Amino acid sequence: MNVLTCVKRVPMTGGTIVLTEDEQAIETRHLGFTISPHEECGVEEAVRLVEAHGGESVVLTLGPAEAEEQLRDCMAIGADRAIHLVTDGEEWDPQATAAAVVDAIRADGTAYALILFGNESADAGNYQVAIRVAHALGLPVVSGIKGIGVSDGQLRCERESGGGRDVYELPLPAVVSVLEGLNLPRYPSVPGRMRAKSKPVAASIPSRPESRLERKRLVVPAGQGKQAEILGQGADAAPRVVEILQQIGVL
Amino acid sequence: MTPSTRKVLVVIEHADGAPTEPSLQALTFARPLAAGEPLHALAVGLAPRGLGDHGVGTLHLAEHEAFGSYAPAAVARSVVETIQRLTPSAVIAAGSELGNEVMAHVAAMLDLPLAANCVSATGADVTRIRWGGSLLEEATVHADTVLLTVQPHTVAVETTTAEEPAGELFTPELSAADLAVRVTGRVEAATGGVSLADAKVVVSAGRGAGSAEGFGIIEELAGLLGGAVGCSRAVTMAGWRPHTDQVGQTGTKIAPEIYIASGISGATQHMAGCKGAKKILAINTDPDAPIFASADYGVIGDLREVVPAISAEIRRVKGL
Repeated sequence: MNVLTCVKRVPMTGGTIVLTEDEQAIETRHLGFTISPHEECGVEEAVRLVEAHGGESVVLTLGPAEAEEQLRDCMAIGADRAIHLVTDGEEWDPQATAAAVVDAIRADGTAYALILFGNESADAGNYQVAIRVAHALGLPVVSGIKGIGVSDGQLRCERESGGGRDVYELPLPAVVSVLEGLNLPRYPSVPGRMRAKSKPVAASIPSRPESRLERKRLVVPAGQGKQAEILGQGADAAPRVVEILQQIGVL
Repeated sequence: MTPSTRKVLVVIEHADGAPTEPSLQALTFARPLAAGEPLHALAVGLAPRGLGDHGVGTLHLAEHEAFGSYAPAAVARSVVETIQRLTPSAVIAAGSELGNEVMAHVAAMLDLPLAANCVSATGADVTRIRWGGSLLEEATVHADTVLLTVQPHTVAVETTTAEEPAGELFTPELSAADLAVRVTGRVEAATGGVSLADAKVVVSAGRGAGSAEGFGIIEELAGLLGGAVGCSRAVTMAGWRPHTDQVGQTGTKIAPEIYIASGISGATQHMAGCKGAKKILAINTDPDAPIFASADYGVIGDLREVVPAISAEIRRVKGL
């Protein structure tokens, strides 16, 4: 089975978010980049499905030229090739993103049995690209998935709900958006990294339509103005901690 | 279709007729957008109770034999039919997993933009969360009918005095595609232990625990406090704890009376998961760790010394 996983390059924000002066982006000069955590599990799942059932595992991203780094990371853990929709770094709204992904899937021509997304991106968190792509392609879609099984052309998905899991069964081909916890993604090996360097990346430049969800500016939320009351150093702080626990009423 | 400027439709999630708290929050959020006009509400299956107290004038109730089990596209189709009948200026749902899912289907079916997890809205101008709430985005929705979901627990529910809503029953026309994806089975979780999401006390550790075995002292303290064990994403990725223990933007969102976070630096990914904690006690060797700017109490020190000392003190106080 051929599996496509869609990923997004996002900064590793660390402890505090600092914005650029024009309030249009996060200041990333001192930050590293990764893909959204849910998507890491998507890529891992795709690689495992192809290991078990054969076929090809492909990763796709819409992002700046630098996002090739994330595509190589995905190929280092086993994806076979990549599709890069190269942007000038401007963020695309979710409708435009979905349309570009649909165009790329059609242009690629591969019959994908499964198209995986993260449930929501770590940065924008729009919760909709997977569902829009599924509607445009006329495929069934299920969200928030933490368990995937494939047998006899049928997909069995599990989603956490009210202390248990709901089960969805759907025919292939299908679109699934996944959550972290689906699996424990492997670390890339050194040979994996070497092989990734020579795997093919098909790059093209889509044109960006007008945003219908138009971002005006970003705002760092007002901090709670908190500065922790320091109760002490090391083990000597224990009696003060226990007093606090008693005050709060949990002891 | 030209939308009425004051008709606002709110999609209600409910459990056996009891509206969920985020749905009631969505109703409070929606009232200013309706400029004093009674709200329209939509539910599938059973009629939710008590909506009149939340400003609902008309309840559109979709009935269909298929609503016995959750089918996201079928719920969305009912919303789409109601939108086509009412031509509202805004359609609002809770920014829950299911609310966002249903509204994404609605947006895809109507090819409209959708602003997810908003914290405020004036007409088509919205403020929504990014990075699990660590950053806000001001945006404009370019559409005659504004679709949005409301970030849970950012609006306090306010009731209003109103009549019992008028009921409008309808049976949506559902296609095979609308019903193709639905819940077909259930796996119950093994019971036992305190659930992380509901725990009154959560004791967690990050990389500072040092190893999987390093969580012994965390489990001990959590046990003494009748709480649950949590961890950071670094710990899950190292394979020391299962993902079900992870607190964070992509893990579990917790809301305990007190959150004891040890050996955790306070990355935005983690803090997005513990915004609901009433109090935070941070234990860290680094006095400059970002977590101290979000915590109420701090202890500077190595969790491997501090945590056992707290457990020992609890035993002494309780005479154990």
